Amino acid sequence: MGTIVFFIFAILAIAAAWGVVTSRNIVHSAFYLALSFSGVAVLYVLMNADFLAAVQLLVYTGAVSIMVVFAVMLTLRGEVSDSNPENRKWGWGAFISVLLFAVIALVVLTNPDWRILPSAWTSGGSAEDMSLLLLSQFMIPFEAAAVLLTVALAGAVILAKGVKENK
Amino acid sequence: MQTLNNLFLIIAHFIRSLFADPQSVWANLTMDVINFIIVVVIIVLAALILILLERKVAGWTSMRTGPNRLGPRGWFQTIADALKLMGKEDVTPAGADKIIFKIAPMIIFSLPMMTLAVIPYGNHMAPIDLDLGIFYFLAVSAISTLAFLMAGWGSNNKYSLLGGMRAVAQMISYEIPLLFSLLGVIMITQSFNLGDIVKAQHTIPFIVLQPLAFVIYIIAGIAEVNRAPFDLVEADQEVVAGPFTEYTGLRWGLFFLGEYGNMTAVSALAATVFLGGWQGPFLPGWVWFWMKVGVIIFFMMWVRWTFPRIRVDHLMHLAWKVLLPLSILNIFLTGLGIFIYRLVMGG
Repeated sequence: MGTIVFFIFAILAIAAAWGVVTSRNIVHSAFYLALSFSGVAVLYVLMNADFLAAVQLLVYTGAVSIMVVFAVMLTLRGEVSDSNPENRKWGWGAFISVLLFAVIALVVLTNPDWRILPSAWTSGGSAEDMSLLLLSQFMIPFEAAAVLLTVALAGAVILAKGVKENK
Repeated sequence: MQTLNNLFLIIAHFIRSLFADPQSVWANLTMDVINFIIVVVIIVLAALILILLERKVAGWTSMRTGPNRLGPRGWFQTIADALKLMGKEDVTPAGADKIIFKIAPMIIFSLPMMTLAVIPYGNHMAPIDLDLGIFYFLAVSAISTLAFLMAGWGSNNKYSLLGGMRAVAQMISYEIPLLFSLLGVIMITQSFNLGDIVKAQHTIPFIVLQPLAFVIYIIAGIAEVNRAPFDLVEADQEVVAGPFTEYTGLRWGLFFLGEYGNMTAVSALAATVFLGGWQGPFLPGWVWFWMKVGVIIFFMMWVRWTFPRIRVDHLMHLAWKVLLPLSILNIFLTGLGIFIYRLVMGG
C-alpha cells in the first residue's frame, strides 16, 4: 500500500518538476512548482515526518510558490505562451544536475541511518522533539536563520521604501 | 441520553461489526469512505442551509423579509437556485488558460473537505483523529490562496486577475495573525490534537482564558474566507466578481460551495478551539457542537451585513500594525500566565 502511494506521488513530484523546466509558459512553470511541492509533502508523510509535511504545505505550497507566481505575473512582458524560452546550454545544465545528484546520493547512501523509521519518531509527535532540538542542540543555527530572515526583511523594506539621502 | 450522545459511534461500531475482522484493512477503508461521504454531505448541506440563512439574516438586518415565495416562508428557495445553476451552460472563455481555469474550482471545493475531516464533531467523533490536527488544518487552508490566484489568472480577464492579486495580498497578510492567535491555546494544551484541545476545556472554555486570541481569530477568520467587510477579493463595485467573473453554471457553484464550506470550517475550528467543541451539559455532544458553530456563523453573517467594506490600505494596516502586534502580545501574555500559574501551583 505504502509503496503504491510512494510511486504515485514520487512520479507526480518528478513529473511536475519536469513540467517546471520544460513548460513554455512561465506561469504554468510556477504552478507546476506548487504541484511538485505538494507531491514532496506526501512523501514526507510516508516517511513519518508529519510535522515536516505540514510545514512543507504551509510554507512551500502555501507561501513560497504563491510568491513565485505573484512575482512572475508582475514582471511578465510580451507573449505569455513563449515566456519561458529554451536555450542551447542544456548539456551544461544536465552535467551540473547529474553532478549535484551524485553528491547528494553519495552523502545519503554513505550515511548509515538514512532509512525510514518504522514508526513516528516518538509517541508525543515529532513536533515536540524538533522544537526541543531547535532550542538546545541547534540553538545557534536556529538563531542565525532568524537573524538572516530579519536582515532580509529589513533589506526588503529599504529596497521598497528607499533611504533618504543625506544632503 | 448516553445512547443519544454516542449515536454515531454505535452506528460506526455496528458497520464495523458486519466485517469478519472489525479492525481489518477493508473495515477501515469502508469507514474512511463513509466518513468522506459524510464530510461532503456536511459541506453541501451547510451550503444549502447557509445560503438561505444568509439571505434571511440580510433581510433581518436591513428590515426586509428576504426570500419568501417558494415553500413555507421561502425555505425552498436555495433548492430552486441550485437546480437552476445545474441547468446552466458551462462556458469557458476563448482566451482562458483552459486547464488552470478548470482546475481552480475543484481545488477550492476540495480544501474544506480536507479541513473538515479533522474536526471532532463529538467525543471520539473526528473522521480522522490527527495528532497534528490544528497545524494540518492551517496548512491545508493556506492552499486556497493558490486556487484563487489560479482562477484569477486562468480567466484571462483583468478584473479576475486583479481579484486574484487582492486575494493573495489579503490572505497572506491575515494568515499570520490567524496562526499566531491559535498559538496561545496550543501553549496551554501542549498539543496540536483537536480532540485533546477539546478535552482540555472540560472545566472552562478557552474563550475565557484567551479572549484576545478569540477576537483576533474571528477577525482574521472572516478575512481568510473573504467575507464582508473584508470581501475585497470579489468586491462587486470595483472588480465585478473578482476571480469568479468568468465562471458559469456548476463551476461557479463549486466556488460557492467551497466558500460556504470554508466558512463552516473556520467556524468549526473556532467552536472547537475557543468554545469547548462538543462539551456542554444535558444535550448530546454533537448537538452542542453544531449549536456553537451556528452561533459563530450567525455572528459572521451579522457582521457581513452590518459593516461596509474597508479600503485596501486600511485592510493591510489592520493586519500588520494592529492584529499582528496584538497576537504577539497575546503569546507573550500567555507565556507569562503559564509561568505564574506554575510558580503558584508549584508544578
